[in-house]
Amino acid sequence: MASTDRTTEPSPNAGTPDGAPRGRTRENGDLADLEAGLDALETAPRTERPSIGRLLLAKAVPPLIAVTLVLTVWQLAYMAELKPDYVLPGPLDVWATLERMWLQGTLLEYIWVSVSRGVSGFAIAVVLGTPLGLLIARFTVVRAAIGPIVTGLQSLPSIAWVPAAIIWFGLSNGTIYAVILLGAVPSIANGIVAGVDQIPPLYLRAGRTLGARGLTAIRHVMLPAALPGYIAGLKQGWAFSWRSLMAAELIVHSPALGTGLGQLMENFRTLQDMSGVLASILLILLVGIAIDLLFFSPLERRVLRGRGLLGRTA
Amino acid sequence: MAITLNTPRAERKTVTDHAVRLDGVSKSFGRPGTGQVVLDTIDLTVAPGEFVTLLGASGCGKSTLLNLVAGLDEPSAGTIDVPGGRPALMFQEHALFPWLTAGKNIELALKLRGLPRSERRQEAERLLELVRLKGTHGKRVHELSGGMRQRVALARALAQKSRLLLMDEPFAALDAITRDVLHEELTRVWEETGLSVLFVTHNVREAVRLAQRVVLLSSRPGRVVREWDVDIPQPRRIEDAHVSALSVEITDQLRKEIRRHGQH
Repeated sequence: MASTDRTTEPSPNAGTPDGAPRGRTRENGDLADLEAGLDALETAPRTERPSIGRLLLAKAVPPLIAVTLVLTVWQLAYMAELKPDYVLPGPLDVWATLERMWLQGTLLEYIWVSVSRGVSGFAIAVVLGTPLGLLIARFTVVRAAIGPIVTGLQSLPSIAWVPAAIIWFGLSNGTIYAVILLGAVPSIANGIVAGVDQIPPLYLRAGRTLGARGLTAIRHVMLPAALPGYIAGLKQGWAFSWRSLMAAELIVHSPALGTGLGQLMENFRTLQDMSGVLASILLILLVGIAIDLLFFSPLERRVLRGRGLLGRTA
Repeated sequence: MAITLNTPRAERKTVTDHAVRLDGVSKSFGRPGTGQVVLDTIDLTVAPGEFVTLLGASGCGKSTLLNLVAGLDEPSAGTIDVPGGRPALMFQEHALFPWLTAGKNIELALKLRGLPRSERRQEAERLLELVRLKGTHGKRVHELSGGMRQRVALARALAQKSRLLLMDEPFAALDAITRDVLHEELTRVWEETGLSVLFVTHNVREAVRLAQRVVLLSSRPGRVVREWDVDIPQPRRIEDAHVSALSVEITDQLRKEIRRHGQH
């Protein structure tokens, strides 16, 4: 390595007034070796990636054990008849309800109605919340004017908006989307504000010395630097969207709207069908977990790992 | 830009008589009159191709001075002339962008310099080779050691193709062995590229090891106290007797300056 360096590199010192004779290039070769040695010593050896089987064992087994434990306790409580079975049905009754809906072909439909609402509501919230957050982060006047309001809105339970939304939009999809947006937009806007606020000033200075100003600085320095905070905001924004949607669906239902998971649960309640109510809760929980696990967590991990903010095995 | 990084040193001399010139530069923070004066009428010229270290204790405004030259801040009085355009600046922390690979960090600097896309990759590889980091183009910043990061940062600074390189204690956070190696590396790169370097440090031996001229600043306010020409031929080592002797002399003067502050 060092010897090829010596021959292929143009010898810049040769012929220059202050260049040293031959001895210098010899020293350069030694320096290259020294540096290569230091680099090798100081670079941590690449840890081997654990095998898929081992990873599965470490990641999947503990939650499975936890779920089994909960189900066992539940089943024992059911068998001990702590409460009458129309108040506390057993896990198998809930499973039977889910199976029935699956066989009727309605289960996926209920899930799809809610998920498509949730996702499109979230998408609109991203489109509105991102520029709003950027405006708050960049302009002190905007921050002073609406920053506290946006933060405050985040702590307002979105179900509080349902009565007002019904008066404004009636029993329509408009009401449902209004409630989602009022829940998710502040959360996403706050996420990007936090992301921008947490950018180390050094990056901005470095960007300026490299010649990044104005929009170029936003595009090449500010946005990528704020990305981890922004993704955390998106993740929370999704949680708020999903929660707000369920709150809205529980209250707003009419035949024209179709049946989402919230409406399904309300229908089971009016029928005094506790297995159905529990099955609905389970579905709402599972969808929330699935979206986070399949979309947001991998995205967040990828970004953090790329920046060395996450251990390789974490 | 008549000057390129690869032009041999001798041809560069005559283009301008200075790489940066400060005339009566002062900087105070807060209100005029009542504010704190950080820099007081600094006159300083760095010749093209010259390596100058600015030396001083805490509070001498070394970093403020570099910020002024880099154009990140405005002087309260006086003028700063940098004929080569925006200078490159290296910080104590590497300041590399963690969302980009080592190579892409350099390519971003090339892009902001206006180099066409097709040439960026090759130029980035060339610069990495210059700091002896061939093969690290695709490495993430966190995968590199502290010394390697500073070398990438040096390559990124060189990518700006500025004729003046400002360095703000760039090796202060490194261990002694790595720092020693990077001193050699910087000397080599400086000789190969013929850049003008204005290097800020509070490490006297480092200043003497690297520079052709050492400028000592007093603290609060920062004023130029004295200058030393360092006539010791390169390659030097930080352990050399000549380096030590001059370091002792400069340290004595520095201590005298510091002592003044305890006497009122």
